[in-house]
Amino acid sequence: MIQQSQPKPSNIDWLTLVLYYTFVIAGLLCIYASVYRESNPMIYDATQNYGKQLIWIGASSFIGLLILLVDEKFFYAFAYPIYIITIVLLLAVLAFATTVKGSSSWIEIGGFRMQPAEFAKFGTALALARYMSGFNIKYSDRKVQLVTAGMILLPMLIILLQNETGSALVFASFVLMFYREGLPGYFLFIGLMMAVLAVLALVIPSLYLIIAIGVFAGLFTLVIRRNRQNLLIVLAVTLFAMAYVSSIGYAFENVLQPHQKTRINVLLGKEVDLKGAGYNVQQSKIAIGSGGLLGKGFLEGTQNKFRFVPEQSTDFIFCTIGEEYGFVGSVVFIGLYMLLLWRILVMAERQRQKFNRIYGYCVAAILFFHFAINIGMTIGLVPVIGIPLPFFSYGGSALLSFTILLFIFIRLDANRQNELRGAFD
Amino acid sequence: MDNSAKRNILIAIFFSFALVYIVRLAFLQLFDDSYLRYAQQNVLQEQTIYPARGLVYDRNGELLVYNDAIYDLFVTPDQVKDLDTAEFCRVLGITLEGFVQRFEKMKKSKGYAPYREQLFEKQLSIQTYAAFQEKMFDFLGFNTVVRTDRKYKFSDAAHVMGYIGEVTEKDIEKSEGYYRMGDFIGISGVEKSYEEVLRGKKGVQFVLVDSKNRTQGRYKEGQFDTPAVAGYNIELSIDHQLQQLGEQLLQNKVGSVVAIEPSTGEILALVASPTYDPNLFVGRERGNNYMKLLRDPSKPLFNRPLAAPYPPGSIFKVLMALTGQQEGVLNANTTYGCRNGYMFVGCHPHSSPLALRGAIAVSCNAYFCQVYRSVVNNLAYPKAEKAYQSFHKHMASFGLGKRLGVDLFGEGGGLLPTSEYYDKIYGRYRWQATTTISLGIGQGELGITPLQMANATAAVANRGYWITPHVVKKIDGKPNPNPEYQNKHWTTIDTTYFPVVIDGMQDVVTAGTARIAQIPGIEICGKTGTAQNPHGKDHSVFFAFAPKHNPKIAIAVIVENAGFGATWAAPIASLMMEQYLTGKHDTRKALLERMLKGNLIHKNDTTITTQTIKH
Repeated sequence: MIQQSQPKPSNIDWLTLVLYYTFVIAGLLCIYASVYRESNPMIYDATQNYGKQLIWIGASSFIGLLILLVDEKFFYAFAYPIYIITIVLLLAVLAFATTVKGSSSWIEIGGFRMQPAEFAKFGTALALARYMSGFNIKYSDRKVQLVTAGMILLPMLIILLQNETGSALVFASFVLMFYREGLPGYFLFIGLMMAVLAVLALVIPSLYLIIAIGVFAGLFTLVIRRNRQNLLIVLAVTLFAMAYVSSIGYAFENVLQPHQKTRINVLLGKEVDLKGAGYNVQQSKIAIGSGGLLGKGFLEGTQNKFRFVPEQSTDFIFCTIGEEYGFVGSVVFIGLYMLLLWRILVMAERQRQKFNRIYGYCVAAILFFHFAINIGMTIGLVPVIGIPLPFFSYGGSALLSFTILLFIFIRLDANRQNELRGAFD
Repeated sequence: MDNSAKRNILIAIFFSFALVYIVRLAFLQLFDDSYLRYAQQNVLQEQTIYPARGLVYDRNGELLVYNDAIYDLFVTPDQVKDLDTAEFCRVLGITLEGFVQRFEKMKKSKGYAPYREQLFEKQLSIQTYAAFQEKMFDFLGFNTVVRTDRKYKFSDAAHVMGYIGEVTEKDIEKSEGYYRMGDFIGISGVEKSYEEVLRGKKGVQFVLVDSKNRTQGRYKEGQFDTPAVAGYNIELSIDHQLQQLGEQLLQNKVGSVVAIEPSTGEILALVASPTYDPNLFVGRERGNNYMKLLRDPSKPLFNRPLAAPYPPGSIFKVLMALTGQQEGVLNANTTYGCRNGYMFVGCHPHSSPLALRGAIAVSCNAYFCQVYRSVVNNLAYPKAEKAYQSFHKHMASFGLGKRLGVDLFGEGGGLLPTSEYYDKIYGRYRWQATTTISLGIGQGELGITPLQMANATAAVANRGYWITPHVVKKIDGKPNPNPEYQNKHWTTIDTTYFPVVIDGMQDVVTAGTARIAQIPGIEICGKTGTAQNPHGKDHSVFFAFAPKHNPKIAIAVIVENAGFGATWAAPIASLMMEQYLTGKHDTRKALLERMLKGNLIHKNDTTITTQTIKH
């Protein structure tokens, strides 16, 4: 007989819950500010974005409550079915997609529009946690690596086919969880180096870069022990780096779509496009930059109010924070976000069940990736990749999926003292 | 690696991102204020409020120049929706090609952006505007803007009023940012010289606009707005009735009339012929009309009364008479004989010998050549050069040879040769009175503008002083504040030397060459002149003032290539003085008729010429 395990309120991590509601309500105010019109001030209007968002917050709270009331074993037991359902939904999107702003990631069910890509994030997180917490599973095992990679690549590819590059990239964030679960640290380092080389390859002509790599490799051999094995490794790495660098240019020209190329060129300063991609970033920087130290105050942000910032209630919601609450507000926001991420990692680390911990790391990784890309994009440090700011951005699917993602972890954490299910690591 | 260390590494990665972002935010929000400026440029739109330009009245309070609304049509290309192009073109009275052309031209212009308002058509007629206004709701994205343009109530006094037109790049530069492209500015006349008085002060209104350039409200409740200040009204010293009569009298003749109130220096009439209708410089045809007038061989744009230099003729005899007395080489009783001339200067038959008063009355050339000789060869001076300099000083004190400083642009200085001028021609000490003898009768290397002639006449009328002539009497109901227009310029001639000369001038009208100028009941002092003209027939010249005591008007009339002063210039001056002093000009109908009909431009029109002779 399964023992019913209702969480005691005292076991719920109230700090996380408070942070969640802080973000959601602050986000609502920002959305309100971004649609507010002095000429037509309104208290509540269900046809406006903030009105809909309020309904979504209600719905999310309801779902969140259900999650907290569900038996925690449910998520372990249903991890694979949930994963499979999200994959089926993603495939259904490919078949019956409704195209919204060039992205065909939406599906309409009875007038209700949703974006399954958002749900695939927690679906994949659950499946990964389930698989990797199994008995005798070691991440260093080649088979485990292949299976987990497959579990991630499947939804990623389908989402790429939906033209939602941003959402697809989010799945790359699981690498942080793998690192915790045994992926050698140099993978992170290699990943970082590849990113740096990719950027350099776009800025510097690849011939110079190849020469630079050769010179660097030559210098490197002078400081290491020059036995045959080391030299072969250096040679292999050097050749790989050179090939990688020369392929970047090719990939940039032939694989990326024109608008993506423009976004990258704008970011790199190679192209000034003040009407298109550059316009978004420029206006976003203007809105944030004009906020100053203390900001212009609630509803006083002219750039947001008068629609200079595109997508201001969704992907560029941070502009409202930057403009109306200034540097202080932005730092407080970033601080609170860091507090949430830190809290999740602390919670994950205190789990006695491997399933819970892995899931916790997945949550932190996803939230961090969204934060890093979204904020970086609004302040012009990252190319424009359209992904929402969790809990802030307007959008039902996103809010609902982030709520589910987080609340499942709060629910799992509430039962952290219960018996072991996964093996200790 | 220990697990919590891995967690800490992840936390470190998170925090380092956060740190980089915070540093970046600090740069954007704290250290770089350009974003604040960009933000203001985005939302703040400075709208100019144009003040009403000051009105212009004549000295009797008659309105001469006022403002009229003009309507410019603007379009915001982004907002044009469902336009019935055919209907639109019909209402506006343009062709479909014209419609397309306008858009193409617009797209090529600087600063074009589809979300910004662009000028589509300038200065719609009131009819088109009314028709358009009715249909406006059908033509989304189009918008009319009201501006004011000048309207001249009468077609005369063009050279006084001047006109306005759009500013040039140069004007904008000079104004240090006051003017903007498309603004109006005074281009000539009082419109130009009193531009800063008339234009008023532009107001500014800051409004907030959204990204589609739609107005969203006032910026900070308008606390940075400044209202427009209307330009001051000005009152000209011109008597419009007199001016109008003058222009009628000079029609079909080439010449000038300048009338001045001697006691104040106020210009009562400033007539140029040929002239133009100032309303040609209003509205859409402004540019075309300007080119037409510029190419007109009769030079209607040339401001003759201010700029054209004429040989002064007889005014110089009057001034010589005064100078001679002042220099002590002449008195009322000095007589010279006339043997029909002096050296190579001829004279006309008259009784001889004559004393000063008589010599003026008959305008004896020989007499004044003698006077000139005695002035320049005055033995009181060591050299003719010094004596000449003294002569020059006296002449200059009447305002000859330099610009008087009238409050209009385009004034000429005329020519009064200095001793250096003759030194240059003849060599130092190589010239004396006889070399330059024709100066004595106002010929030779002399140029005097009609304005200078009238001013010198005013100085004689005032018995020794003049006030800088000006056309603006009052600004905003207060006297013209320029101190120059109160200041008496005393001539170098003592007041005691004037009466005999003035008596002589009175004789000219009562018994001498200008009997035709007599007006019953008014004592007129005048002098005819027949200025020899190297380019053709002599100019007909007359200058006069009246009444003799306490003069109210001093006038100079020049009719080019018209022959004797008495034929044309004297009657015209007489009619105008009568008009000014009595308010009537039709007591001598025949004379008036002859002057009005006199046509000296279309020479082959023989009927008029015969008529002229009959009178």
